[in-house]
Amino acid sequence: MKYVPDATADRQFESDNTVDRVGVDGLLSELDEYAVEQALQLKEKAGDDTTVTALCVGPEKGLDAVRKALQMGADQGIHVIDDAIAGSDYVGTSLVLAKAVEKAGAEKKVDLVMCGMASTDASGGVLPAMLAERLGLPQVTYASVVETQGDQVRVKRDSDTATEVIGGTLPLVLSVTDQTGEARYPSFKGIMAAKKKPLETWSLSDIGVDAGEVGLDAAWTAVEETSARPPRTAGEIVKDEDGSGATALVDFLVSKKFI
Amino acid sequence: MSEVLVVVDHVDGAIRKPTYELLTLARRLGEASAVFFGSPDKGAEVAAKLGQFGAEKVYVVDDAQIKGYLVAPKAEALQQLVEKTSPAAVLFVSGYEGKEVAARLAIKVSSGLITDAVDIDASGLVTQSVFAGNYTVTGKVTKGTPLITVKPNSAPVEEVGAAGTVEEFAATISDGAKTAQIVAQQPRKATGRPELTEAAIVVSGGRGTGGNFEPIEGLADALGAAVGASRAAVDSGWMPHSFQVGQTGKVVSPQLYVANGISGAIQHRAGMQTSKTIVAVNKDEEAPMFELVDFGVVGDLHAVLPAATEEINKRKG
Ligand SMILES: Cc1cc2nc3c(=O)[nH]c(=O)nc-3n(C[C@H](O)[C@H](O)[C@H](O)COP(=O)(O)OP(=O)(O)OC[C@H]3O[C@@H](n4cnc5c(N)ncnc54)[C@H](O)[C@@H]3O)c2cc1C
Repeated sequence: MKYVPDATADRQFESDNTVDRVGVDGLLSELDEYAVEQALQLKEKAGDDTTVTALCVGPEKGLDAVRKALQMGADQGIHVIDDAIAGSDYVGTSLVLAKAVEKAGAEKKVDLVMCGMASTDASGGVLPAMLAERLGLPQVTYASVVETQGDQVRVKRDSDTATEVIGGTLPLVLSVTDQTGEARYPSFKGIMAAKKKPLETWSLSDIGVDAGEVGLDAAWTAVEETSARPPRTAGEIVKDEDGSGATALVDFLVSKKFI
Repeated sequence: MSEVLVVVDHVDGAIRKPTYELLTLARRLGEASAVFFGSPDKGAEVAAKLGQFGAEKVYVVDDAQIKGYLVAPKAEALQQLVEKTSPAAVLFVSGYEGKEVAARLAIKVSSGLITDAVDIDASGLVTQSVFAGNYTVTGKVTKGTPLITVKPNSAPVEEVGAAGTVEEFAATISDGAKTAQIVAQQPRKATGRPELTEAAIVVSGGRGTGGNFEPIEGLADALGAAVGASRAAVDSGWMPHSFQVGQTGKVVSPQLYVANGISGAIQHRAGMQTSKTIVAVNKDEEAPMFELVDFGVVGDLHAVLPAATEEINKRKG
């Protein structure tokens, strides 16, 4: 799960060209809420001792994202936080996530790594695939419907050019879209129960990642410049009166040579 | 000059336009070579087309043992090709598949990855448009082979009229890569209209259509445009998800985007804000969509669009 700046707020960059994650209010990426929801539904369906662990790599406030997942119903939380992680790109972040999943898996076998299809800030959509590659697992991504039977997983998805059914065998990495159905809101009971749930904080040394491998300086990509797009010059807006709107619209399209 | 690999986006040998755009960008960086995963029977035909748009060489990778699986085998084959050719960069179309193949490849060949580029210059500087188009970011891959996924409509298609030579590349695919299977696949029904992400003009409808997309489709046909929809229209079951424009739908960047009965939520804007010209029809003059427009009509789309369509057809006729 990712803690992201609120998309409806005025998102910005810092002077080192990293995303401002402090000055802008953040939250659990909405697309990751769908992943938490699907994980909870699978747990409810399994009805056994399945554990849902909420994992977030991020700054101090990233804990809010973990808390939100616990309030929704996740059983335990892990927050990976380390100053050296700041400024990591996809490659660095996927390393930290993979090592954290491996550490979690040393205690209890990890069958499924669930992710949102993309973050709502960078919206790259590549981390699930990177994580699968690092963990040596199959990836079943962009699911709009998730079905499991024993260790078999089937998902429906709308790919670039087709509607598909993808199948795989656990363990695997799964990413879900917002087509999987609305995520639940934490209930009052859920909020109270979350306070007692196990929550661990791990640093890079806890997961065995060298600080030199991650962070802004070690990133495999560098941002050279960020600039706010100049505001659009105010367009012409007309009120439709007795069909005048249609004529004005067509005149505009003709003037721009679209007709 | 070094080679630059362009991974061909196609359906059964029918090459999609964004691939030709990638060839334009590749030629700025070096010698463009295309990588075609498909049937070797189609090699010559595909190479002729790709050559026309600037591919000097076309690596044909037989997809017999690749096509039933999701992305991992393609990443494996590309790893072998990258190791053999040491390209200056590898370019992909920014779709689900292009991004995920690139993601796996980045880890395999220890290389940086930039997604959703809207431009690349001769020095390898990549431009992206982020935060729903509110910021422009430039950057570079600093480690390994630059892997870059590029949004459709980011570069012109340039005809150079050469012929690409075919070179078969035999990749070895491990069993470990064949673990996510494509169990069933149903190609999207052709609508007879242009492909949404490639279209020069997109006409979209939202909740304001009330479920009646006829005015949207009528205007789209008069303009030769693709039809799009907001998530509210898709969630209501009025249009299939494949028509959705936005953060969790298609990202479009046409010459002209016409938004009808769409309020302009940030998630919708994320999918269309880089359109060159934006037009909106909405009965609420306070709709945030009007902040983006070059031209707006405050009015009822059910009246404005049919009248505009009639007028366009008249002027064309
Ligand atoms: C994680 C997440 C991802 C999302 N992804 C997407 C996405 O990819 N794409 C997307 O579109 N949304 C997405 N959304 C949803 C988005 O937030 C909005 O809810 C959605 O875009 C609203 O659609 P709309 O503009 O059609 O509907 P509304 O916001 O309800 O707007 C309808 C508009 O129609 C106008 N109208 C009504 N009747 C008429 C008429 N007769 N003539 C003219 N105008 C009329 C109204 O004035 C209003 O402005 C996402 C949301 C979340 C949380």
